[in-house]
Amino acid sequence: MGGIIKSASAGTLESSDAFVEIFPAEELSVEISSIVMERFGEAIEKAVREQLSECGVAAARVRVADRGALDCVIKARVETAVRRAEAKE
Amino acid sequence: MSKVVGSLREAISAAGLRDGMTVSFHHHLRSGDYVINMVMNEIAAMGIKNLTVNASSLFDVHAPLAEHIKSGVITKIITDYMSAGLGKYISAGIMEQPVEFMTHGGRPTAIMQGKTPIDVAFVAAPAADGDGNCTGKIGRSACGSLGYAFADAEYAKKTIIITDGLCEKLEEPSIDGKFVDFVVCADEIGDPRGIVSGTTTITRDPVGLIMARDAADVIKYSGLLKEGFSFQTGAGGASLAAAKFLMDIMLEEKIRGSFGLGGITGYMVDMLRAGCFEELRDVQCFDLKAVESIRTDPRHHEIGAFEYASPANGHAWVNSLDAVILGATEIDTDFNVNVHTDSAGIIMGGSGGHSDTAAGAKLAMVIAPLFRARQPIITDRVNCISTPGKDIDVLVTQYGIAVNPKNEELRDRLIRAHMPVVSIEELKAKAESLCGVPKALEHGERVVAKVIGRSGEVQDLIYRKK
Amino acid sequence: MRRSMLFLPGNAPNMIINGGTLRADSVILDLEDSVAPGEKDAARILVRNALRTVDFGCETIVRINSLDSEFYEEDLKEIVPCAPGAIMPPKSSRREDILRLDDMIERIEEENYMKKGKIKLIPLIETALGVENAFEIASSCGRVTAIFLGGEDLSADLRCKRTKSGEEILYARERIVCAARAAGVEVYDTPFTDAFDDEGLIADAKLAKSLGFSGKAAVAPRHVYAINEIFSPTKEEIDYAKEVMGVIEEAHRLGKGAASLHGKMIDPPIVERARLVLEAAESAERRGFDE
Repeated sequence: MGGIIKSASAGTLESSDAFVEIFPAEELSVEISSIVMERFGEAIEKAVREQLSECGVAAARVRVADRGALDCVIKARVETAVRRAEAKE
Repeated sequence: MSKVVGSLREAISAAGLRDGMTVSFHHHLRSGDYVINMVMNEIAAMGIKNLTVNASSLFDVHAPLAEHIKSGVITKIITDYMSAGLGKYISAGIMEQPVEFMTHGGRPTAIMQGKTPIDVAFVAAPAADGDGNCTGKIGRSACGSLGYAFADAEYAKKTIIITDGLCEKLEEPSIDGKFVDFVVCADEIGDPRGIVSGTTTITRDPVGLIMARDAADVIKYSGLLKEGFSFQTGAGGASLAAAKFLMDIMLEEKIRGSFGLGGITGYMVDMLRAGCFEELRDVQCFDLKAVESIRTDPRHHEIGAFEYASPANGHAWVNSLDAVILGATEIDTDFNVNVHTDSAGIIMGGSGGHSDTAAGAKLAMVIAPLFRARQPIITDRVNCISTPGKDIDVLVTQYGIAVNPKNEELRDRLIRAHMPVVSIEELKAKAESLCGVPKALEHGERVVAKVIGRSGEVQDLIYRKK
Repeated sequence: MRRSMLFLPGNAPNMIINGGTLRADSVILDLEDSVAPGEKDAARILVRNALRTVDFGCETIVRINSLDSEFYEEDLKEIVPCAPGAIMPPKSSRREDILRLDDMIERIEEENYMKKGKIKLIPLIETALGVENAFEIASSCGRVTAIFLGGEDLSADLRCKRTKSGEEILYARERIVCAARAAGVEVYDTPFTDAFDDEGLIADAKLAKSLGFSGKAAVAPRHVYAINEIFSPTKEEIDYAKEVMGVIEEAHRLGKGAASLHGKMIDPPIVERARLVLEAAESAERRGFDE
């Protein structure tokens, strides 16, 4: 896996989707905002971190704006953003 | 002698409003209402404090009442419904005394029985004459039925009509002038765009349409859909679509029903005109077509809230209902329904006629998607019991239909008709397999609202948001 | 049985999540036309995750990008391991295209220790060349379970205007039905694209059924009900099929070689047709009380 070499984003702000942004950084940080924060905030963070780990991302700043996406959607958006951020032009 | 007085302030003074009294309002002007804010601002300006507001419903347009609560003008609220605009302040704990939530049938009953006496009723009226006879059927702010204001006008110690349509003698008023003490003219009592929508429209959401079709089929195969059938539905997109599908079935099978009830939309008017019903019984109009119909069609009758839904009235129309279609923000595995709070526990609604119609109808059906965004609607225990599960017969979701075990006959019928019947526990498991299990809500210690059941008992409590 | 196949845009989570509840016999998760070129990667990953975690409760088909695009190999690499019911290659024009695809799928199946040949192919025929080669395509390999006509791209290729009445694609419809039946596979009709013209949809679906199509695709969820109804066997068809089977059983029991019904000889094609009708009736959910 390559590192996060540039900023990238994936997803949308439509209902049931999530908009994920990723930026190069020294260490790993995850920021989440969600319309279901109170009841699913922890689950969302867990899904995001799991996916980052699966993609081998150890350092990046990740920002997720969630619109009630299921885990499989959140993970897809994170994976897409990571792949885009790793891609060389 | 004319009851018209020169100003709102004059009327309030003449009515003898003092600290600690109760004022009341109806909600027929819905989101377009100017009157509640207008009256409360005037009362505040007059320095009167410590009032109880008894309103049949409160909408987002009434969020400014929060200021009057903070300043001590309003110290208690009794209502059947409160949308999030004001509800979020109540949930945050700005009021010391808990809000008392009633039902559309419970409210007039409590007024008439003297349990919630009203000192001064303020009745917004789109048209009124000098004697105080008034109606909602005509005028620039026409809203149709004034049914929720009947008990207020009749039983309040003083009744003040506020109108922007002063006219010559009204021959067939909704509220008789004999109950009215003063008439006040206002430039505008409301914004017509917020009073009734131009048209209420059927959902285009594919999931909503799936549920609506199944809802209509549940009625079709329930055994109730026959000569004399009676029906009520809400104005939500999926409920309206269900009414449309039901109309198609009734026309195809040439079934002539007896009456359509409740808040009336253009779709119910269509059903009346197509011959699905002999008459409409209307406590509230939702759109322009309903207003036009109640004004012109003799089969479309205005009824009061007591006649509509009172638990003390054995002849209440809800008791003759065959089927009602209802919504839910949450429903639990005992079929208790919450329509008071959102998934975070914040006040955003109320029973309105939910529990009255559920209690009265032979078939009380809830339509709701299995989850909204990621929030499952089925829980082990709803955050607030708005309508007890014993009164709910069936839940229709896009993933299947769950019948309350108390209604074995319905379950058997739907299975025999090859409908997708599943248990509510299976539906809950399905939702959680997709969405995950939501974290339990934590709430504060203080009670911010009491839900009063139909028969006057405290049915559940709503707590301050932590 | 596929009476209806509903297209779901591959990059729209809200459509995909509930897609299985819309009463279609199959859903087509689309990576092609409904996904913008810049979002192909996102849709591919989203559809892959959905296939892994969402129980659609019906057959899943994935429309990949066409074989002349830069995307289809990646599509296969991500999608095949999720074992959808079928893969739909667009713009299928030659037998060789399908054979190449068959090879590639088989290789991925091997790499992932999957049972070979389980994933079916439903070539989308939407070019003039594809129509002319329809039989070759339909009979190219064992994976091909059906062929499917795409009217929009085809009329562009034919350089004619696509109309609601569809005279311009009548030849293609007849030709691919004939090709499919000759090859012994199912055949599906192009979607009706005006979401709010219910009468137009019904007429179009009835026409397709009368030409011999097994079912029809839909781009609008609200079309699914009418399509299911039109492509379900009618009560008359079911009753007749039951009579035929009854007569045949009786003949067998009596050891008679030939049977007749209402004075008409019941020959093997009639029996086969009756069997198919009863099979379809079995799997078609029909509401209402049994008599």
